Amino acid sequence: MSAQPGTIAPSSIIQEQRSRRDALDERLFRWLLMGCALLVLAALLGAAGATLWGGREAFATFGWHFLVSTAWDPGNDVYGALVPVYGTIVTSLIALLIAVPVSFGIALYLSEVAPPWLRTPVSSAIELLAGIPSIIYGMWGLFIFAPFFADHIKPWLTSNLGDKPDDGKLSWLVQHVPFIGKLFGSDYPFGASILVAGIVLAIMIIPFISSVMREVFQTVPTRLKESAYALGSSTWEVSWDIVLPYTRGAVIGGIFLGLGRALGETMAVTFVLGNAMTLSASLLDPGTSIAATIANQFSEASGLQKSSLMALAFLLFVVTFIVLLIARLMLRQLARKEGR
Amino acid sequence: MNALYLRRRITNWVAMGLSTLATLIGLAFLAWILWETLRQGIAALNPSLFTKITADGAEGGLANAMVGSLIINFIGIAIATPIGVLAGAWLAEYANRTKLGESIRFLNDILLSAPSIVIGLFVYTIVVLPSTALTHGSTSFSGFAGGIALALIALPVIVRTTDEMLRLVPSTLREAALSLGVPQWKLTLQILIRAARSGIITGVLLALARISGETAPLLFTAFGNNYMAVNPIDKMSSLPQIIYQYANDPGDAMHSMAWAGAFVVTMFVLLLSLGSRLVLSRNKVSHE
Repeated sequence: MSAQPGTIAPSSIIQEQRSRRDALDERLFRWLLMGCALLVLAALLGAAGATLWGGREAFATFGWHFLVSTAWDPGNDVYGALVPVYGTIVTSLIALLIAVPVSFGIALYLSEVAPPWLRTPVSSAIELLAGIPSIIYGMWGLFIFAPFFADHIKPWLTSNLGDKPDDGKLSWLVQHVPFIGKLFGSDYPFGASILVAGIVLAIMIIPFISSVMREVFQTVPTRLKESAYALGSSTWEVSWDIVLPYTRGAVIGGIFLGLGRALGETMAVTFVLGNAMTLSASLLDPGTSIAATIANQFSEASGLQKSSLMALAFLLFVVTFIVLLIARLMLRQLARKEGR
Repeated sequence: MNALYLRRRITNWVAMGLSTLATLIGLAFLAWILWETLRQGIAALNPSLFTKITADGAEGGLANAMVGSLIINFIGIAIATPIGVLAGAWLAEYANRTKLGESIRFLNDILLSAPSIVIGLFVYTIVVLPSTALTHGSTSFSGFAGGIALALIALPVIVRTTDEMLRLVPSTLREAALSLGVPQWKLTLQILIRAARSGIITGVLLALARISGETAPLLFTAFGNNYMAVNPIDKMSSLPQIIYQYANDPGDAMHSMAWAGAFVVTMFVLLLSLGSRLVLSRNKVSHE
């Protein structure tokens, strides 16, 4: 209805029209915004659904056997997930084993030890490390670190800790401690290996874990720390007995966040894993991970192989989703404690 | 008593020493990685990198990869920015304390660190495979598909920063506008988003920094192309994808070109994160 020329519409009608139009606009706008937010949900569900759908053929053909089979034989069209799954888990565990203590040290240094003027530049530098694209880590690993490792670290490891030393003489440690010889025994001549991939991953996730840890350490009430100092505690005792117990859940959350990153990382590990589809107990032998297998084989794969790669991606997605879920739940507990 | 005191002091020294050592180790690896990227990258820089294409092999350059990267990143950001800002506005303004809002916020944080290679396979399934039917059989990888994959990676970054920045806007601003009878959609679009503008721009820049180094999601979406491609429906190469391809190549000339590409990408990413910090700090000053 438009106002007729020459007459003046009563203001109440205009107002009513206007408020009705506003209400409609409001509702449309709200739906539009909600639709955008729901895309986040759709992306997660879609990623899970698409990989499950793509992997249905592999799951149907191999069933549960897919998870425990070490076969990966495109010639005979037989595939199993165990070798990449093993590589993914072991590289991530090595990464955590190195990254957690180092990150804890960095967070401790930045929140308790360092002089205040040094804290901001050092923490920005560490955060810079988090911004470097993962493919740069991969290149550095491939061209710089793996050769360095093969020349300087690996010979020492194989001759002192491995069961296949170059001179044939087993060290005392290998003769007396079970398994260690198998872990470090290798006659593979190059640096690329599960251990190197774990180290590169560790360097990559250190900035993530340490920045989460530093943030949660700063949420500890000063009152609490000062009380402990007043009773005569040392800095270490305050950190270990006051700060860490107070933030335990969030620290574990930060660690799981790093684990989630490590599990799903592709480019940092693809170059340094050596891409061997065989299972070896030795950390110095080449291996593969789920992400590396997909990156290397997907473009040339077809049929059942492609489906198996999709199935691998589904496994990876589900596992990282669960790990990240735990991480976020743990971190949320601390936010709640703060009353946020 | 004295022995106990001494033991505690030694423990403290050792712990403080180890924590300093851990920081030094972290910084040393940062310096090592950056140093090698700079050294090898600068050594490999030459004008033909920017003028020749990858089809020329060892005598070629990276021009098509750079153009491809720009186009794919632009598509990614162009898709993710409006969606991400609106979704973030919904979280902050409409669903701040609701159950659905909390769950979406939570899932967004998970999407933030979801494995990017799975995102690549997802886009492969929903974009590349269906459009293959249109091109009569040949797998239709495209720069556009790559852009969508990158958009999905940029989206959670933008959603999160928009959400956080909008929640920082003082509620007196909302109350003042609402008391003047401004409808809420106008309040959100014209007042709140404008007030949080520099924070949102920071988020977009961070998202751009994040996606410009992504490789895994591009392998099965944009795929790569040795010739110059500017049409988004063609296969398109990108710097990270060329770095991946050249680093795997046995030739030394290829390796140095990969380093040059790595140098360009790293500089771009570092400048972006520096720039985003500047935007944020400048805004802080202007509020005071």
